[in-house]
Amino acid sequence: MRTPRVQYQNSDEVDFVIIGSGAAGGILAKELSTNGFRVVVLEQGPYLHESDFSHDELKVLQEDLLTNHPKLQPNTFRKTPEDKAKPQRALVYGRAVGGTSNHFTANFWRFHEIDFIERTKLGAIPGSTFSDWPITYADLEPYYTKVEWEVGVSGLAGASPFDPPRSKPYPMPPLPVKSSGVLFERAARKLGLNPFPAPMAILSQPRPGRSACINCGFCLAFGCEVNAKSSSLASMIPIAEKTGRCEIRPNSYVHKIELDSRGRAVGAVYFDEKKNVHLQKAKAVIVSANGAETPRLLLLSASKQFPNGLANSSGYVGKNLMLNSGGISLGVFDEQLNDYKGFAVSRVLHDFYELDPQKVGFYGGGGIDARFDMTPINFAAGGGLPPDTPRWGKKFKDAIAHNFTRTVEIFSHGTSLPKEENSFSLDPDLKDAWGLPALRMTYKDHPDDIKLATWLNQYGLQILDAAGAKKKWSYPIEEQQFAVHLLGTCRMGGDPKTSVIDSDHRTHDVKNIFLCDGSSFVTSGRGQPTMTIEALAFRAADRIAALAKRGELSA
Amino acid sequence: MSSRIIPTDETPGAKEAGVVYFIDRALVTFATDSQATYREGLAHVQALLAETFPGAKKFSAASLEQQDAVMEALSKETIPPKNRRANRLGGNAQPFFETLRYHTIAGFLIAPDVGRRGNRDGVGWKVIGRDPEHMFQPPFGALDKDYPGWQPVAAEKK
Repeated sequence: MRTPRVQYQNSDEVDFVIIGSGAAGGILAKELSTNGFRVVVLEQGPYLHESDFSHDELKVLQEDLLTNHPKLQPNTFRKTPEDKAKPQRALVYGRAVGGTSNHFTANFWRFHEIDFIERTKLGAIPGSTFSDWPITYADLEPYYTKVEWEVGVSGLAGASPFDPPRSKPYPMPPLPVKSSGVLFERAARKLGLNPFPAPMAILSQPRPGRSACINCGFCLAFGCEVNAKSSSLASMIPIAEKTGRCEIRPNSYVHKIELDSRGRAVGAVYFDEKKNVHLQKAKAVIVSANGAETPRLLLLSASKQFPNGLANSSGYVGKNLMLNSGGISLGVFDEQLNDYKGFAVSRVLHDFYELDPQKVGFYGGGGIDARFDMTPINFAAGGGLPPDTPRWGKKFKDAIAHNFTRTVEIFSHGTSLPKEENSFSLDPDLKDAWGLPALRMTYKDHPDDIKLATWLNQYGLQILDAAGAKKKWSYPIEEQQFAVHLLGTCRMGGDPKTSVIDSDHRTHDVKNIFLCDGSSFVTSGRGQPTMTIEALAFRAADRIAALAKRGELSA
Repeated sequence: MSSRIIPTDETPGAKEAGVVYFIDRALVTFATDSQATYREGLAHVQALLAETFPGAKKFSAASLEQQDAVMEALSKETIPPKNRRANRLGGNAQPFFETLRYHTIAGFLIAPDVGRRGNRDGVGWKVIGRDPEHMFQPPFGALDKDYPGWQPVAAEKK
C-alpha cells in the first residue's frame, strides 16, 4: 500500500516547484514539505520503484533503464571551443525519480576543510578559474551529519587520521570488509599509509522500510531492490510524500522557467509524457536537475530580458565544468576473492588528499580505494581482463573463468581544476527528441589534472605490487571525454560577476530562483561529490525556508 | 560462430548456454539496430571462408580449424577498442566482430533469471565462478574469511 498522494493543479500556485528528484531535489523536497511548504517536484524520468529494479545488465546498461537515453537525448562533444562538436555520448546521469542517487557507487566521504579555502592557501593557478567557496567546512559540517543520519551512511568515525572534525559519529557501523579491502589494507599499511573502512551510503543495519545490504553484487549502475542503498528514492521521497504536501510528478520534462514582466519566476514549463506542454505555477523555482541539465535549462530559458540565458549576467552558466580526475589499475590474484559479492568499496585511504605542489610539481590531491564493481558481462566485455588477453577462443574463455573471482580494481579519485572553456552549452545543430537544442560538452583536462591522475595511479600500481598481485595493469590516463560527475557549472560565490548563485543558492539575477546540485560547486573535491551535493541541499533547504518565512520570495 | 568465441571444452561454452537463441531474440528486441550489421557481417564471413578455403560452403559446415582461421581473419580486420572501462557497447556503429563478441558474452553471462533466454541453466556463471544467488553473507572470499576486524594502526603496532 502506497500513501495516497497529493495532486496539485498546474494553476495552483504552490510554494516551490523543484526541478529534479535526485540527490539534491529529493532532500529539498523532503525538507521543505516537512517544514510546511507545498511542493511539486518535476522529474523528467519515470517513477520506478524497488520492484522495477533488475539485475538485467542489458536493460540497465544497454537500454538505460535508469539513465539518460542517447536516442532521446543525444549530445555532442568537443575538446575546445575552437573545435566543431561531434555527436558522441559524453555523459550519463540518472533519469528516474531518485536521479543519479539510484545507481551511484555510494562512496560518501565528506569534503575536508581545505576543499573550501584552497585558493587562498595556494594562490592563483594559471589556466584555471580556481576560487574559494563563499562557505566553509564549518558551515557545512552540521549538514554532513544530517546526511549521515537522515539519508543513512555506514562508517567508522575517527578511523582516518585525515578526517575533518565531526559533531557526531556515523549512525551505523561500516559494511563488512571484502577481500579486496583486506589485501588493500595490508598492502597500504606495508607502505606506511592509513587505509580505513569506507564510508558508504548503504545501510549496514535495517531502517524502517529499508533492509540492510544483502550483498547481491549488482550495485554500481543498478537500483537497489531492497532499499539498502541510500538513494533519495529510498530515503527522502517517501517522507516528502507522507506529508501530504509534496507531489512527485514523473515524466515531466521542464524546458523553460517562465518569468513575469518584472523578471520574477512564476513557474516551470514542461512536457508531460504525451509531449503536451504545461506551466506549473509556483512562488519560487528550485533547479536541481544536475550539473548538465541545470545550466541547459537556464540557457533554454533565454528571453528578451535575459538574452544570454536566465541568471547568466556573469556569463558563467554552464562554465567551469569539473569531472574529477583519476585512474584505474587492476590486479589479478591467486586467491579466490569473490569480490563480485557485495557493494563496491570497503577500504579507502586519504593520505594523498592534499599533495604539496612544491614537492610534486602540480596541483591536486585525492583518495584511493579498492573495489570490484563489475558485473559479469561488463567484466568480460568491457575491460575487466588484462590487455594482452586474446579476445575470443579458448584462451579468452580461460581468462574469464580464472579472473572473474580473482580480480581487484584500485581506483584513484582526485581534483579537477575549473577552466572557463570547459562547459555545457546548447548545441547549435543537434536537437533532442522534443526538438530542443541538445547538450554540447566541451572539455579538456587542465595539465595538472592529468599529472595528478598519473601520480595517483602509479601509487595504485604500487599497492597492487605490495598486495602480491600476480598480474597488474592500468587503463591509459587520457584526457577525459566522458562525464559522470557534473560539477561547477553554476558556481556559488559572493561576486555576481564571477558566480551564478550566492551562498543561499539564490541566483544573483532572479530573486526567486535557486539552484542546488553539482552545478553549485566551486571546487571539485577529491572525487566523491554526492555526499557534498546532499549536504548542500540540506543547508539550502534551511536557507530557502528562512528566506520564505521572512517573506523575501514574494514580490 | 559464437561457439568459437566461447568454445565448449571440459566446461560448457556458448552452445550450452543457448547463445544462438539469445542472439536471435536480441536482434528483434534490444539489438534491432544490429540487424544490418549481422546481415552484412554474415555475408562477409561466407566470402572470407570461400576466399580462404575454396570449396568450403558454409561456416557451420566448415572444420573447426577452418572456422578458427576465419574468426582470426575477421577479428584482425577491426582495431579492438582501447583497454578501458566501457559499460555500454557503442550501439550499431560497432563492426560485426565486436557486435557478435559482445552479444556472445552477453548471452553467456546475462543473469539467467531475468527472462533474456541466455546463460541457460546458469552455465556461464558456473564457468566464471559466479554463485547463482542474489544474496550473500560475509565472508565473501579467501582473504576476508580470517580478517580479525579493523584495528587502528597504533593499536596494531603495540
